[in-house]
Amino acid sequence: MNESLLRELVPVVIGVLVRRGADFAAAEDAVQDALVEAVRVWPDDPLRDPKGWLITVAWRKFLDAARAETSRRHRELRVESEPAPGPGESADDTLRLYFLCAHPSLTPASAVALTLRAVGGLTSRQIAQAYLVPEATMAQRISRAKRTVSGVRFDQPGDVATVLRVLYLVFNEGYSGDVDLAAEAIRLTRQLAVMTKHEEVAGLLALMLLHHARRPARTAPDGRLVPLAEQDRGLWNTRLIAEGVDVLQAALARDRLGEFQAQAAIAALHADARTAEETDWVQIVEWYDELVRLTGNPVARLNRAVAVGAADGARAGLAALAELDPALPRYTAVAAYLHERDGDPVTAARRYAEAARQAPSLPERDHLTRQAARLNAQLRS
Amino acid sequence: MAKYLLLKHYRGAPAAVNDVPMDQWTPEELSAHVQYMRDFAARLEGTGEFVDGQALSPEGTFVRYDGEGRPPVTDGPFAETKDLIAGWMVIDTETYERALELAGELSAAPGAGGKPIHEWLEVRPFMAEHPPVIE
Repeated sequence: MNESLLRELVPVVIGVLVRRGADFAAAEDAVQDALVEAVRVWPDDPLRDPKGWLITVAWRKFLDAARAETSRRHRELRVESEPAPGPGESADDTLRLYFLCAHPSLTPASAVALTLRAVGGLTSRQIAQAYLVPEATMAQRISRAKRTVSGVRFDQPGDVATVLRVLYLVFNEGYSGDVDLAAEAIRLTRQLAVMTKHEEVAGLLALMLLHHARRPARTAPDGRLVPLAEQDRGLWNTRLIAEGVDVLQAALARDRLGEFQAQAAIAALHADARTAEETDWVQIVEWYDELVRLTGNPVARLNRAVAVGAADGARAGLAALAELDPALPRYTAVAAYLHERDGDPVTAARRYAEAARQAPSLPERDHLTRQAARLNAQLRS
Repeated sequence: MAKYLLLKHYRGAPAAVNDVPMDQWTPEELSAHVQYMRDFAARLEGTGEFVDGQALSPEGTFVRYDGEGRPPVTDGPFAETKDLIAGWMVIDTETYERALELAGELSAAPGAGGKPIHEWLEVRPFMAEHPPVIE
């Protein structure tokens, strides 16, 4: 049985059920039930028409649930058992599902969970595993999210920026447990890019592809982080890089720049350098200037300081850093890095140790402690 | 089976025998330490005794209710706090003795000079969720 094919069908089948008159929450439940049955039945009895099968079974599940609900309330069954002839599936349904699941009334965590289930076709258990929370907690988060959007009209167009934020969050979560969230985010963004020609969708897809291409080089076999400059570039996935660059160039050619395109352009410049020394830092600084202009994002300013340090020398980088708020996450780590490049290992070691204490993740803490240890060992000898 | 919490402290436990801050180790010593911790958890997963392991940031805040309609009061972090938890591992073992044995092994993780840290870990039994069915 092909699980990825099944999952691609989930938003399509939800769309069909909604068009036949089911409300979104009930349709989504019915399709999940049908999925469970598909996983049970298919290994013994592979189907020639998976979509038709899923639609039939999901519709039956929906009717069963609706009947149970109706008889529970002692009301007349208002749903016909055979769907009225009418509009069938539409490519727009999947797009509408993206908008609905990223609706601004949802919190980011709810939007992420709902998108992974209704658009991605993951089960609550898989999503729970990926986010390291109990399954009941995740199931509850999803059903609350469904209640929140229950009044939203399915046929309303949404804002693509909200969808992109959700997909960006999913991608950044990486992978833990059985589910590769980064790969799933790429799949969902790719699918979105087919349905809409929005430049920033292409920009985000390019950004994801270019970062995903570096994943094999980003951690050493023993699990420690490998910084960009030290990565074995032979491990980078050239196919993904080529695709990312193509997608980005097509988007940039339309001349409607946005933050994801700018971030992807920076990633593309890194991907383009055969060695760390060949990196075109001057162009990277220019792209950071664009990014800061577009977003005013303090994290972009912090990354810009690193790029300035590489392009114009550590002193210039430290000067750029001095204009920023020291309470910014990873500020201390950037300061340590620039002080080392400025030839001040004593300050650098102290700031690295300080940065390690503030680190938000274990791999980062280990990495920063290791940097401090490396400098302290040099200073002792 | 019974669950035990192996508690690691930033502060509050008696000093370790091999008490050198991590940023004064060599990078190789750090690698050996991280590998030891990884292997330990993997081995307990293999024996069916691992439940959970988490690390905490050193900086925390104290919070308390301050009455109806008022935001909670926060305080800290306190530099002088005597006890500061760094992280934990939850294990599920046949006996208390086994829990002690495993805590001893975890305390032997290598530190400066590649020698065991001999760090003090606190072993705390979990309260059971239910009383036994057969009284």
